[in-house]
Amino acid sequence: MTTIGDVGQPHDGHGGEHGHAHDPHLAHHFDTPQQQYDSAKMGMWTFLVTEILFFSGLFCAYTVYRHTHPEIFLGASKFLDKTLGAVNTMVLLFSSMTMAWAVRCAQLEQRRGLIINLALTIVCAFGFMGIKYVEYSHKFHDGLLPGSHYSAALHASEEFKAAHHIDEHFHGHVPAEVEREALELEQVNYRTFFSVYFGMTGLHGIHVLAGIGVLTWLLVRALRGRSTGTTSWSSTTSGSTGTSST
Amino acid sequence: MTSITVPGSTAIERPEHGRGEDYLNCDKGWRSWLLTLDHKRIGVMYMIAITFNFFLGGIMALLVRAELWTHAPGPITTDGVIYNNLFTLHGAIMVFLVIIPSIPAVLGNFVLPIMLGAKDVAFPRVNLMSFHLYMVGTIMLVMAILTGGLDTGWTFYTPYSSVLSSSSVVMAVMGAFILGFSSIFTGLNFIVTIHKMRPKGMGYFRMPLFLWSIYATALIQILATPVLGITLLLLTVERALGFGIFDPKLGGDPVLFQHFFWFYSHPAVYIMILPGMGVISELISTFSRRHIFGYRFIAYSSIMIAVFGFLVWGHHMFTSGQSELVTAIFSALTFSVSIPSAIKVFNWVATLYKGSISLASPMLYALSFLFLFGIGGLTGLFLGALATDMHLHDTYFVVAHFHYVMMGSALVAFIGGIHYWWPKMFGRMFNDRIARLCAIGVFVGFNLTFFPQFLAGTQGMPRRYHEYKPEFEGYMRWSTIGAFVLGISLFVAFYNLFSTLRKEKDAPDNPWGGATLEWTVSSPPPHHNFDSEPTIYDPYALDAVVWNPETRSFEHKKDAGLLEESGEGAEHA
Repeated sequence: MTTIGDVGQPHDGHGGEHGHAHDPHLAHHFDTPQQQYDSAKMGMWTFLVTEILFFSGLFCAYTVYRHTHPEIFLGASKFLDKTLGAVNTMVLLFSSMTMAWAVRCAQLEQRRGLIINLALTIVCAFGFMGIKYVEYSHKFHDGLLPGSHYSAALHASEEFKAAHHIDEHFHGHVPAEVEREALELEQVNYRTFFSVYFGMTGLHGIHVLAGIGVLTWLLVRALRGRSTGTTSWSSTTSGSTGTSST
Repeated sequence: MTSITVPGSTAIERPEHGRGEDYLNCDKGWRSWLLTLDHKRIGVMYMIAITFNFFLGGIMALLVRAELWTHAPGPITTDGVIYNNLFTLHGAIMVFLVIIPSIPAVLGNFVLPIMLGAKDVAFPRVNLMSFHLYMVGTIMLVMAILTGGLDTGWTFYTPYSSVLSSSSVVMAVMGAFILGFSSIFTGLNFIVTIHKMRPKGMGYFRMPLFLWSIYATALIQILATPVLGITLLLLTVERALGFGIFDPKLGGDPVLFQHFFWFYSHPAVYIMILPGMGVISELISTFSRRHIFGYRFIAYSSIMIAVFGFLVWGHHMFTSGQSELVTAIFSALTFSVSIPSAIKVFNWVATLYKGSISLASPMLYALSFLFLFGIGGLTGLFLGALATDMHLHDTYFVVAHFHYVMMGSALVAFIGGIHYWWPKMFGRMFNDRIARLCAIGVFVGFNLTFFPQFLAGTQGMPRRYHEYKPEFEGYMRWSTIGAFVLGISLFVAFYNLFSTLRKEKDAPDNPWGGATLEWTVSSPPPHHNFDSEPTIYDPYALDAVVWNPETRSFEHKKDAGLLEESGEGAEHA
């Protein structure tokens, strides 16, 4: 990503042919700034295609399990927090806007706007991760964990919980035989749902972290006043927008 | 229509070849190599690494073959787990570390920008990162060997890989994951380079066919490899964190893993073969001294193969419990791949017809390719047909089939290509008499190794066992003898190449008479590929390239073979 964004810029917005021999941002292997800009843009979009396909495996798994086990998705989704989810969606949408705005500022060489928007985007990314932390903590506490870590006993009927002394303040591990009994009582289990849940949101979280890193790098560059030219910003930031709003 | 030749350039002013500064001697020291942004040096580093890995995988193969000399356990090992490790590592090394990167990363990196008249690929730093990722992936796979081995087979099928195996699956899988990103970035680089860095006048239909095949390969690399990435990541969390997406005990589905895996790995078969087909298009045309026959058909068939390749993955799972309808559809689609493959073969044969064929070593490899790919491709139809596949599934027939395609075709094309471009890469000629003997040795040894396996497979010998029924011992012994003939031939062939590095540069700019742009620059090429703006020639106007006894090199006749002289593709320029 560094390199794609770092390939330089033309001095006029249309990448004119003139003067490229003096352009310090024109890499030696390109003939014109326009060619360099087009290449960077195409490279970034192609990279985003690979990112979409990277996530597509998870969406595919989601679709398959939702199709084969609709009742699990119906039941397990009740454990998700709609409010926090909605807030986080708003945070993402807002950060997409600030990111797009940052791109525009870079194109117009408005350094102040660029710095403000980049900073806002980074703040949103941290906010998003904070809200995710709260959501994850609840689920960890409730034993709503992926695969073999899932604790069915914590979600069994009230009578079952009372019989095994599991109340809402319960901490620590449910004994294996109790867990087995609970799974048998429950018939269906929500393990796979939470595997898919943590797989998808976790991978997205990693991408948000990567986005924070890239945006911080851009912010440092903007603060140092380097390279606020058109092409290097637009190509780099279009990628970051895609990543942070995935 | 745009102008065809680059304005202002009539002939290439080249320095005295072999005397001036070139990409090999322009800079010294290990940092100038490991941190280079020069596509040529990166290609050379890939070649060294891949050659090393090739021999590592080859030694594993010879150990496997030696073990199969007798039907009882022994002589190499009586332990089935060690045998499982040997064939798994052979497969994983050969697929992930050798065949997939071989032609694109070595030959593609070296010649693709020069064929385009460009100074480098679009993103030189990403290119270097691809190489570094390749090295990290290689080290992780080797670490997996040292820290517990790998006995899952290169396909990592669940639930054996996720729950049962005690070998270091996570390390190996993460290695393959990183190698995948190396492959993605290489493909991305080539796609952008071909789209954006063609010189004025070189339309898509005036590119050398090697570039078409590399382009088709790159499409698969960027569209399929991310899916492998997520699959391997899921397998890692499955094994390390007990996710259970592929584990039926936790409500998961192991066949889903097979779907995910083959959604990448079947197209990956075309990642392996398509670049080989590109090399063959160049070799056949150059050594027949004829314009390639059916340029557009060969170009389009590369794209067809890339597209069809995405639609046939289910044919790996005919016996895994798919519905009958799905199975039948995948079978029918599988047959469709044979159409573009056959188009290519027929066009190559038509190029040979009435050609002035010279049997230099690269051409011998190209002709071997035609035979071996013919056998490998046609036996694929046996396996694509449902009724026969039920019998042949997981037998030695399958082993023989994919070795004919992956080794007999893809790697033979790679070795042919290495011989073809060796004088260009290092400015040194190798002993062609020895090279030709080796090519014949490879052809004979290969067929001796794998043809008996077809016969053993049709009689029901299953793959992946170190102990087998005595009646198959005859086939297995022929196969083992063949494997050693093949191994020795390959070793001598590579020694023959690498030993030229000790002598003085003696290669002319164009020893074989190729018409593509890389033959117009000095051998080895200058640091920035072209000392002046290149003249763009028709890549297949071979009659315009003639032997000049004074320079002991082929040269373009003055003002002949320029792109404007040939009509094809002009409207797309």
